[in-house]
Amino acid sequence: MIQKNIVEIKNLSFGYDNRMLHKDINMVFPRGKVTAIMGGSGCGKTTILRLIGGQIKPKAGQVSVDGKIVHKQDRQGIYELRRKMGMLFQHGALFTDLSVFDNVAFPIREHTKLPESMIRDLVLMKLNAVGLRGAHKLMATELSGGMARRVALARAIALDPDIIMYDEPFAGLDPISMAVICDLIRTLNDALGATSIIVTHDVEEAFSFADYIYFIADGIVAAEGTPKELSKSKLPFVHQFVHGEKDGPVPFHYNAPSYKKDIYESI
Amino acid sequence: MNPIFKILSGLGSQVTSRIWRLGSATRLFLLTLIYSGESFRRIHLTIREIYFTGVMSLIIIIVSAFFVGMVLGLQGYYTLQKYGSSESIGVLVALALLRELGPVITALLFAGRAGTAITAEIGLMKATEQLSAMEMMAVSPIARIIAPRFWAGVISMPILASIFSMVGVMGGYLVAVPIIGVDHGAFWSQMNVNIDFRFDVINGLIKSVVFGIACTIIALYEGFDAPPTAEGVSRATTRTVVTSSLTVLGLDFILTSFMIAH
Amino acid sequence: MDKTTLDIWVGLFVAMGIAALMGLAMKVGNLTSNTLGETYAVTANYENIGGLKPRAPVKSSGVVVGRIDSIKFDTKAYQAVVTLKIDKRYPFPKDTFANIYTSGLLGEQYISLEAGGDDHFLKEGDRISKTQDAVVLEKLISQFLYNKATEEPKK
Repeated sequence: MIQKNIVEIKNLSFGYDNRMLHKDINMVFPRGKVTAIMGGSGCGKTTILRLIGGQIKPKAGQVSVDGKIVHKQDRQGIYELRRKMGMLFQHGALFTDLSVFDNVAFPIREHTKLPESMIRDLVLMKLNAVGLRGAHKLMATELSGGMARRVALARAIALDPDIIMYDEPFAGLDPISMAVICDLIRTLNDALGATSIIVTHDVEEAFSFADYIYFIADGIVAAEGTPKELSKSKLPFVHQFVHGEKDGPVPFHYNAPSYKKDIYESI
Repeated sequence: MNPIFKILSGLGSQVTSRIWRLGSATRLFLLTLIYSGESFRRIHLTIREIYFTGVMSLIIIIVSAFFVGMVLGLQGYYTLQKYGSSESIGVLVALALLRELGPVITALLFAGRAGTAITAEIGLMKATEQLSAMEMMAVSPIARIIAPRFWAGVISMPILASIFSMVGVMGGYLVAVPIIGVDHGAFWSQMNVNIDFRFDVINGLIKSVVFGIACTIIALYEGFDAPPTAEGVSRATTRTVVTSSLTVLGLDFILTSFMIAH
Repeated sequence: MDKTTLDIWVGLFVAMGIAALMGLAMKVGNLTSNTLGETYAVTANYENIGGLKPRAPVKSSGVVVGRIDSIKFDTKAYQAVVTLKIDKRYPFPKDTFANIYTSGLLGEQYISLEAGGDDHFLKEGDRISKTQDAVVLEKLISQFLYNKATEEPKK
């Protein structure tokens, strides 16, 4: 029975010693759709990706991928789940001692016993999909930020995963590279028939390609909906975020005692 | 009352944190052993690391060994000739090198050169999320990155120590025989008679293997555990050298007393 | 750095290590003459073995023919029992002398075998009956003083 939602997060709570990052969160990621997770810095967006990938365990609740609860899997189980996932890290995380070709070939070589001729074809195909087939001989260290991220994307889709996860894919990119990645996210998702989960705080980009958006604030899902619904939302937090307002539910001033008191005390 | 309390609690937390790190490092050591299968099945991973830890350390080892041997020859001769035993210079150089200086100095140089390189490399891989990326691709970073480097270190160390001792002896020979004028035959024959293969050569080898295990695991742990910042990695490399050096000297004492007792 | 170059360098490295080890074993540690091959064990009793240690050499005419295997104490005869392992290539007659000498003036002690003229040779497990104890410095000095004291004054 194929489930409608390939990833489901139920009553998830996670945090470190004194700080709860997520309090009883519920999220679903339907198959074939592009879902974005948005929120301010440090609100735990990337942590959700790690929880899905099984790198950390929840304090309460569960994350299930394809019907299987992630933190209950043994080594072999996690291994199989991760085979279905491809992740694009914030700055690419390419292996610096390998070439572009070897980086993309890495997952193929590790997990399959395909002959080198087939691997060559696969790698060049994936690089072509991101537009960097001509760069396959370069060393990973010779690439610019945007190019590195595209190669990392090619690496992430090398084994045609069912779930592609993006951790802040637009951070620090120039407008052209941003447009390229934007386009690739949508195109690859549809071409591969995959499900994409993007963690970002770039409003314009996310609203342009996402099917559904979750807003995380203060450890809970502050708002969710389609881009259309959210841009019309009257919720103060959503409004502040979407319109980029300086002050609102997320305050401008860091917690401090009265200004008058601080100034007068130093006299 | 308060400052004393602060000092005590500071001391206490230092001790507990060190013990915690020791436990953590042991855990890494055990995991490395468990995941070592791949290092030998895909021997090329290990061979690559032997190149970077062993072969790249050759120059510093050979040059240092030469100078150490020559100094031993010089100093040894100067002292021995006061007692009329200058013929024993060969024995002195060889014994000093085989039993102590060979394994220990090699280990210290290894920690400084190869150890710091390993720590920095692993620390940077962690900082740039390469280890995380590997994990997410369902490849164990311990099997693929850590274990091959561990075995490379364990294999390289005794090789480097043997080369150190041999080159040192030749350095001592160079100073003693052509330069000072000690008899060529006496140099080697005295050595032959007074050095026992089992006790001196083999024990020296055992020491270098133990030092290799210690230094490599320390370097790997510090890199693996380093905070993913520039400052974190740089502090970790310093810790590698300091911890490796102290551990080697401490282990040397323990091993030597154990070996002499037998 | 391609695969083949890497392999060559590492191979060279390991070869150097083995060569160094062999060099150390042969030239420095005298491995070849440490392994004596087949040996036969005989015992010898001494009142005083001095500083004799196990693995000390057993020489005859200055040539190493064996090693001390172990030194034990006999509680019946209150003597030291030394087990010598002699290379099978060198048979010794039954009336061989086994004396404890010192290398040089203050060097290590070893056992020197001086062959007698007996037709029968020592077999595995035999006991050498003719032994000479180690020279103990204190006894030498007291002997010297005693001789000096009992000497008639020259005048």
